[in-house]
This record gives sequence, structure tokens and C-alpha cells, in this order.
Amino acid sequence: MADKPRIKLPKEAKKGEIIQIKTLVSHLMESGQRKDAQGKPIPRKIVNKFACEFNGKPVFSCALEPAISANPYIQFDARIDEEGTFKFAWTDDDGSVVAAEEKIALKG
Amino acid sequence: LTVMPMAANAEPSNDAAELIKKFTDGKEAAKGKITLDLPEIAENGNTVPLALTVESPMTSDNYVKEVLFVADGNPNAGVATLMFTPMSGKAEASIRIRLAQTQNVIAIAKMSDGSLFTERKTVKVTIGGCGG
Repeated sequence: MADKPRIKLPKEAKKGEIIQIKTLVSHLMESGQRKDAQGKPIPRKIVNKFACEFNGKPVFSCALEPAISANPYIQFDARIDEEGTFKFAWTDDDGSVVAAEEKIALKG
Repeated sequence: LTVMPMAANAEPSNDAAELIKKFTDGKEAAKGKITLDLPEIAENGNTVPLALTVESPMTSDNYVKEVLFVADGNPNAGVATLMFTPMSGKAEASIRIRLAQTQNVIAIAKMSDGSLFTERKTVKVTIGGCGG
């Protein structure tokens, strides 16, 4: 997972507003079902977990299986009651974690 | 392309029933509250858009906790488990999934009071997420 994840959310929101967050991370999501040219099974290697928190509190997370498409796209919502920082984390089967942060301000 | 072995038929031949039982603790899930947006026909089983909406006020004492997705015709039934909180604001999410063949996608939602709701949709897959 070398590439930076892509995250789309508004820069600011009204207090109480529900915003939409779109995320995409580059990953092959090797299902473990494929075989190489020699007929040997290619070992599974996927992003098995995604989590989003806001100011340290969980907003949305998911456990993912090999039935998730390559370059997993995840869209969800979040209610904004205060300004702060979103933290995003994608966990690979090998234990490595890709993390990202986005700030959001309150409008007016 | 992703190569998955094709199951012999479209009958549930994988661990879908076991996964559902584990998630629901053997309890019955009622129909309703869930809207699944999936194509009727997926030309490419490698990436099938799936959008979920569950009716819920998403307040601290009444919200959707978890939603399990299974696909009953894939080599393994598990697709994803989504975990919401009142801070989600809405119980809505979109992901993209792999379907090896024509089959049912089943969603089961677990509410904060423990009640269960379910919905399913059949997707016809023209080219399986299986290279075949």
C-alpha cells in the first residue's frame, strides 16, 4: 500500500450537519483464490479492516473479506458537532497500517 | 483479473448460513428497514457497486450497530461487516464487491436494542469475478 489514500470530505460544515466521506486506498486485495502461472495458489493479502474516528471517538469501521474489490472504495457519513480531526486507518493482512488525517472546521 | 473457482450451481454452497447464524446468535431477523442498492445485472463481477441504507434515527439510544453482508454463491460467503455509531449520523454506506457468479447478496442489520432486520437481492453476473 505505497500510494496515499484518497479521501474526499468537505473542509467545513454547520454544527449538526451530516457530511459524506469517500475514501479509496490502492490495494490489490489478493483474494487467495487465484493461482499463478505454475498453478500454485497465490496467498491471500487484503486490507481486512478500515476504521474512521473523529476527535478520538469511533465514527465508522468495517471488517473486510476477500470479496471486496481491488482498491477498496468505502463511502459513509458522519455527523459534525464540533470542529476537529478525522483519523482513517486501513489494516493489511501483514499487519501494516496506512493512516491518514483530515481536518474539518465549523461554518459561521 | 481475479480468478476464483466457479461453484457448480447457484444454490447456497458456501458458509453463508453459518455466518448469518453466528451474527444473529440464531435469532430470526425481520424483513424491512434495509434498502440495498445493487445492479440487477452486473457485467463485471470483479467490481459490483453496493449501497446500503438502514432506517434509523441514529441517536445515542437508537442506532444501527452492525450490518453483515454475505454473498451466498462466492467461494467464501463473507463480504464485509460494517460498524456504525451515533456519530455516523446516517446508517448509510457504499462499497464495491466481488461476485463470482449469479447469486444473492444478503444484509443483516443489528440495532442498538438487539433487534435484527434483513434484506436480500439477486444479482445476475455476466462475467464472474473469477476470470471465467
